[in-house]
Formats: sequence, structure tokens, C-alpha cells
Amino acid sequence: MKISCEEASHICTKSQYKEASFWEILKLRIHILYCKACAKYSKQNGTLTSLCDKAELNVLSEEDKECMKKDLEKRL
Amino acid sequence: MAEHRLHPENWVDHYADYLFNYAVARVSDAEIAKDLVQETFFAGLNSAKNYKGDAAERTWLIAILKRKVIDHYRKINSKKGKAEVRVSYSSDSDSEGDWLEEQVADPFSQDGDNVLENEELGFAIQECISKLPRKQAQVFQMKTIQGMSTEDICNELDINPSNLWVMIHRARTALMGCLNDNWF
Repeated sequence: MKISCEEASHICTKSQYKEASFWEILKLRIHILYCKACAKYSKQNGTLTSLCDKAELNVLSEEDKECMKKDLEKRL
Repeated sequence: MAEHRLHPENWVDHYADYLFNYAVARVSDAEIAKDLVQETFFAGLNSAKNYKGDAAERTWLIAILKRKVIDHYRKINSKKGKAEVRVSYSSDSDSEGDWLEEQVADPFSQDGDNVLENEELGFAIQECISKLPRKQAQVFQMKTIQGMSTEDICNELDINPSNLWVMIHRARTALMGCLNDNWF
């Protein structure tokens, strides 16, 4: 059941996108019980997720950007 | 004072998302926002000779975009043929007959502050993302902002899932550090 900090942080990242399995999450939780560093990391990671949600970011798709680049290059 | 120079060939990579966010927040329509960003780049090219180099490239482009947003509202207003302000007692027939005081903004409401703060937060995140290595930034945006599935991203970029998670992991760690410095 014991996992390394590296593994824990990777599960933590996956869990931000709800893509960690039940067992992975269980292992992470147990790890966090005794590892202060990972507990802190995990908390920050969660904060980042909620900040990204709150900011309602928008991005242009890669295709749109390619189109823009081409149009711009024509005029350079 | 450091001399700034324009690099139009990098504009799309560096500023497109930043300008796009700014525009979307003001016109609340992705298509129009996209056009405004495009127009901003063109206008930037046309007036590149007027760029004195005393403002950073991005500040200069934002200034142009601001004008474009104003022009956009002017245009739709003149299309309607009127720019009048209507004040009606109540537009909502349900509340007809209610007191006008009830429609006054609540002075204790935090909504306005929140909207502003969220926009600033958006810029702070955008700025941190732009400091990431290109590939990491791309994967992070696809996953977090566009919400694409792991499988789709892997197919599109031709990488394997463990590769993807390593990149996202690095991107997130860097973003946490950057936001800690610039936001909190």
C-alpha cells in the first residue's frame, strides 16, 4: 500500500481531472496521512483547480490560431 | 529604459489567448471576440511604425483592442439607428407596480467585485501559462480549459498517456509556484 511521493503527486494530478482510480485515491489518502509535504502539495493542486474554474478561461483553438497566423503572415 | 520592439511573427503564440480573454469578457461572444483579436493584429501591423517602444508589446496591443471593442459597440448601436437609453419603470411584467427602490443596486453586493477579480485572476493565470514551455502549455490548456479527454489529446499530439500526465504534472507544479508569487 505504500507509495512514493512521486507516485502520490502524479495520482494527485490525475485526481484533479477525476481520472484517478478508486485504489489510486485510496493509496494517495493513506500517503497524505503521514506525508506533510504531499498533503500541502495536494491542497495547492486543489486550489489551482478551483482557481482555473473560477477564472472561466477561454482559449482559441489551435486551428483558429493557425488561421490567424497565416492571415498575419500574408500581410507581413 | 529598455527599448521594446515588435515581433509580429510571435503575436499569435504569445498574445492571442490573452487578448481573446479580454475581448470575450467585453463582448460575450466568442466569434466576435475572435474577429476583434484578428483585427487588432492587423491594425497593429498597419500602425507598427507608430510604435515608439515605450510600452510593452502586450500593453500596446491591448490598447488597440480596447479601441476595437469600442468601435464594435458603436457599430452595433448605429445599426440599430439609435443609441438611446431607455429607462422604464419595470421591464418585467411580474414586478409591475413594485417600488422603484427595489430595483436599485444593493450597495452591499459583492458581485461586481467578484467579476473584476475573476477577470484579473484569469489574466494572472494566462500570464503564468505563457511562461510555460510551449508544449506543456498546450497540453495543460487542452486538458484544463478545453476539457478534452486524455485519449483525444494523445491522438492529436501523438504522445502516450504517461507522457501527457508528466507534462500536465510539470505544468501544474510550475503554475502553482507562479500563482503563489503573483496572485496570493
